[in-house]
Amino acid sequence: MRYIRPSSLEDAVGLLAEASGKAAILAGGSDLLVRMKGGFIEPDLIIDIKAIDALGRITESDDCFVIGAAVPCAVLGENTALRHAWPGVVEGAKLIGSKQVQGRCTIVGNLCNASPAADSVPALVAAGAKAVIKGPAGSRTIAVEMVPVAPGKTSLAPGEIIEAILLDKRPPHSGDAYQRFTPRTEMDIAVVSAAVNLTLDDQGVVEKARVALGAAAPTVLLVEEAANILIGSRVDDSTLERLAEVCSGACRPIDDKRGTVEFRKKVAGVLAKRVALTAYQRAGQK
Amino acid sequence: MAGIAVSTTINGDHAEFLCHPDETLLEVLRERLGLMGVKEGCGTGDCGACSVILDDRLVCSCLVLGAEAEGRQIATVEGMAQGDRLHPLQQKFLEHAALQCGICTPGFLIAAKDLLAKNPDPTEEEIRFGLAGNLCRCTGYDKIVRAVQDAASVMRGA
Ligand SMILES: Cc1cc2nc3c(=O)[nH]c(=O)nc-3n(C[C@H](O)[C@H](O)[C@H](O)COP(=O)(O)OP(=O)(O)OC[C@H]3O[C@@H](n4cnc5c(N)ncnc54)[C@H](O)[C@@H]3O)c2cc1C
Ligand code: FES
Ligand code: FES
Repeated sequence: MRYIRPSSLEDAVGLLAEASGKAAILAGGSDLLVRMKGGFIEPDLIIDIKAIDALGRITESDDCFVIGAAVPCAVLGENTALRHAWPGVVEGAKLIGSKQVQGRCTIVGNLCNASPAADSVPALVAAGAKAVIKGPAGSRTIAVEMVPVAPGKTSLAPGEIIEAILLDKRPPHSGDAYQRFTPRTEMDIAVVSAAVNLTLDDQGVVEKARVALGAAAPTVLLVEEAANILIGSRVDDSTLERLAEVCSGACRPIDDKRGTVEFRKKVAGVLAKRVALTAYQRAGQK
Repeated sequence: MAGIAVSTTINGDHAEFLCHPDETLLEVLRERLGLMGVKEGCGTGDCGACSVILDDRLVCSCLVLGAEAEGRQIATVEGMAQGDRLHPLQQKFLEHAALQCGICTPGFLIAAKDLLAKNPDPTEEEIRFGLAGNLCRCTGYDKIVRAVQDAASVMRGA
């Protein structure tokens, strides 16, 4: 095995594209090194992307936040502007692991690990976040929900690296929220989770909505029908009841030791109601 | 050995070592540099016994490669006492009997040091939340929380 720490993204893409054996990108390592330790993966080449300057920064343009692929989640939580604009995304990212894991783990690693239970992904999907991808054939930008295609599998082509995640700047009266159900409050994997992102008009009526569910299907679910229920409402009780019903119905979860299908469906609806209310309150304050 | 030559700073001292590309920082600290205060509980990021501070971030050294230490600053429990004078956290862990078998203790001390550096006056909830990545099978955590609270007030000069 070799370990290389390139200082430019072009070099990293070149190394990845030309690697003869199995090559792996190393960001925070909180999935990769665990899988190596377990013997599930034996890469011939590890490409550490943390020395590539641009990947380690959060920058802002007029219309979006650019979160470099090597930015650890702890830094997301320390960024006041991002926390203000996207509290739900930050809350998802901050739920990953412990203090120790937070100092290393990245949202891009969370996305590329492609676990259906990944905590930052539902909020990113609800936020309409985009992934900027660099590969041997050039750059492309896709919606984050297009990255994971099955548990442990992504749509990235050989040699492709995610460079950054883009989050739009917010119109007034916008808010998002994320919650997961876990038996413990800390250091646990989501049994099921939900994220809602709303923009209201000046009268407090929902104008735009996106709803995403985690650990409810092989990949994160974007539930358009649920969003349509929220649009045009003031997130009143009857809207919430219908939202819960649709979210429960949209789930295609598995039965396992952490939760049955029935339990996951029920709780997906309950969480969707709670996060819709939180997102609505947050949107109303801005 | 065809290893990677790494130059780093550990507890303020310059250190150099050779390591294999798949060797973790935990293995390097213990087996190549003899820093046995860094413990291996799980090797998968769950228990915090291997905690060290890398630059200004608390991390599990079992989930860092040795090669990643190049040019970085590492703090381990060995750097906490000044000669014979224990760090207030170490002193308070003793006074409050915040350890039994002791395998988790170096990780808790380093994690608590990092916590107090960023938040000198934490609430009990903040302490429990901040130390949630460190597991202890013996103490039941209460004594650890009291020791950290007491050390925090000593360190604030209160
Ligand atoms: C103790 C512990 C607790 C955890 N708790 C949680 C939790 O509560 N919730 C949760 O969702 N997850 C949890 N995780 C899983 C893990 O921490 C997250 O998935 C994390 O976000 C992964 O990020 P990373 O930067 O460490 O990824 P890495 O391990 O560095 O990479 C993960 C995968 O993505 C690939 N990759 C990384 N960056 C790129 C890139 N830029 N382009 C292309 N591919 C890339 C890697 O090659 C690898 O296959 C936990 C892990 C541990 C060890
Ligand atoms: S040994 Fe590193 S977290 Fe348990
Ligand atoms: S004192 Fe034994 S594990 Fe904590």
